[in-house]
Amino acid sequence: MNKFNNIKKIIVKKPLKLDCGQTINNFPLAYETYGKLNDKKNNAILIFHALTGDQFASGINPITEKDGWWSNALGPGKAIDTDKYFIIAANVIGGCMGSFGPSDINPDTKKPYGTNFPVLTINDMVNAQYNLLEHFKIEKLFSVIGGSMGGMQVLQFVSNFPNKAFTAIPIACTASHSAQNIALNELGRQSIMADRNWEDGFYEEKKKQPDKGLAVARMAAHITYLSKAGLQEKFGRKLQERDDLKFSFDADFQIESYLRYQGSVFVDRFDANSYLYITRAMDYFDLTKRFDGNLSKAFENSDTRFFIISFTSDWLYPTSENREIVIALNAIGKNVGFVEISSDKGHDSFLLDVPDFLNTVKNFLNTSYKKIK
Amino acid sequence: MKKEFYSIAKLLEKNSKILDVGCGTGELMKYITENISNDIRGIELSKSNVQKCVEKGLTVIEGDAEKDLKQFPDSSFEFVILSQTLQAFLDPENVLNELLRIGKKAVVSIPNFGHWKVRLHLLLKGTMPITENLPNEWYNTPNLHMCSIKDFENYCKKRDIKINLKNLKIKNFFSELGIFIIQK
Repeated sequence: MNKFNNIKKIIVKKPLKLDCGQTINNFPLAYETYGKLNDKKNNAILIFHALTGDQFASGINPITEKDGWWSNALGPGKAIDTDKYFIIAANVIGGCMGSFGPSDINPDTKKPYGTNFPVLTINDMVNAQYNLLEHFKIEKLFSVIGGSMGGMQVLQFVSNFPNKAFTAIPIACTASHSAQNIALNELGRQSIMADRNWEDGFYEEKKKQPDKGLAVARMAAHITYLSKAGLQEKFGRKLQERDDLKFSFDADFQIESYLRYQGSVFVDRFDANSYLYITRAMDYFDLTKRFDGNLSKAFENSDTRFFIISFTSDWLYPTSENREIVIALNAIGKNVGFVEISSDKGHDSFLLDVPDFLNTVKNFLNTSYKKIK
Repeated sequence: MKKEFYSIAKLLEKNSKILDVGCGTGELMKYITENISNDIRGIELSKSNVQKCVEKGLTVIEGDAEKDLKQFPDSSFEFVILSQTLQAFLDPENVLNELLRIGKKAVVSIPNFGHWKVRLHLLLKGTMPITENLPNEWYNTPNLHMCSIKDFENYCKKRDIKINLKNLKIKNFFSELGIFIIQK
């Protein structure tokens, strides 16, 4: 894909055995870095992105020409300080920002994989990104950080590689995707699949795009990232550029107009099949499965210092689910801190300018960094 | 820093694993981290206090000691500290049992309701005592279960809890605070 020619990527040569049974090799993994790796190579942080994120966590995303998704948290002097730390962020496999994904060309058919792409898991994503440590010759990361699906990757990373991260900050996430979240993801997938242009996933070769389905999926998901109080405060029953109801199905209300806008800008930057594959990976995520339902066992061999953060108004990955991770770690005497940040901005709080949250991350990172120096 | 904290810190062993239950703004934890052991963490209910601990770079878990101590395994800490919060719990007996389960030793301090000032206040004024250590009025005090040093000793005797050390050079009558190291 031409638009991805100028972005950084490694080609992973080593075969990667996926959870579905297939093996992939020679696949691209797109990444971006911020800051400088120090001589001791002990200031590296691996950032994991959420469902619709990418490797462009800060600065201007060269593809979308918009601010990076974590510009509030990541940059010079910010909570994750690029003057101090070397930050690596990769696009997950299955994604659509240059890493191996369903819109890549299948060498056997010379056509995009579409739904012939293998179903992935969070475990597969993390194992693929582990190759970046070897690429940068980093023995041990200073930290692994991520929110939402990024937080799930943090948990998986520490479980898979128990001695490869000095600290870990899983934010607004879960160790096991809930029925409610699977249901919400299924709603999004069905919306895409119901679009005639989806063509069973082979829309690209037919030069079509299931934009409407993808936009509706995004609109539904977007509601889940906010909170009732936040929506009410921001929109209430305010009307969109009109004095009264129009007795039609136009976007009378500001919230309708807002959601339609969110849907329409999303389809310009995101691939519908990637949305299917990544939401599937989230649904399959259950870190306890391999350990007979005992989450503590997932972290038994780890020497990582954890700091877990949740938000009061996040009903998608509520505090109770984050606390389960805290409990599992305490049960085996691991080093863990936990705070629930007050915010009415819902699940999206971790992406926004929420000072208590950003200060918490900053303080934890900076005091932990002193301990390794 | 409160004098009490120096007294508590003196009772701890160097580099031991410590939990501060109801760690407040983290003043004691910070002192212990810098002077005695950096293997310390706290548990605190109040969000604003938790933020203050985070600012100090301390490991803190936002949680409720009455519910959240059960997640720690038996004897997971050398010392568990409970500074002047026992009387504020709904079920102090349960908290004490949990402290003695998860800590090899527990350092507990209590505001002494048997102090002469408290006794004198009630005797002369006939109103609920207000002192430096008990600054609240009856209607807004967080203290639900006040006791005296003697009450606490009697309780430990009744429950077969060993009192290793106490600051009773000044006794029930003269001491505003009781500080104990107890263990099962």
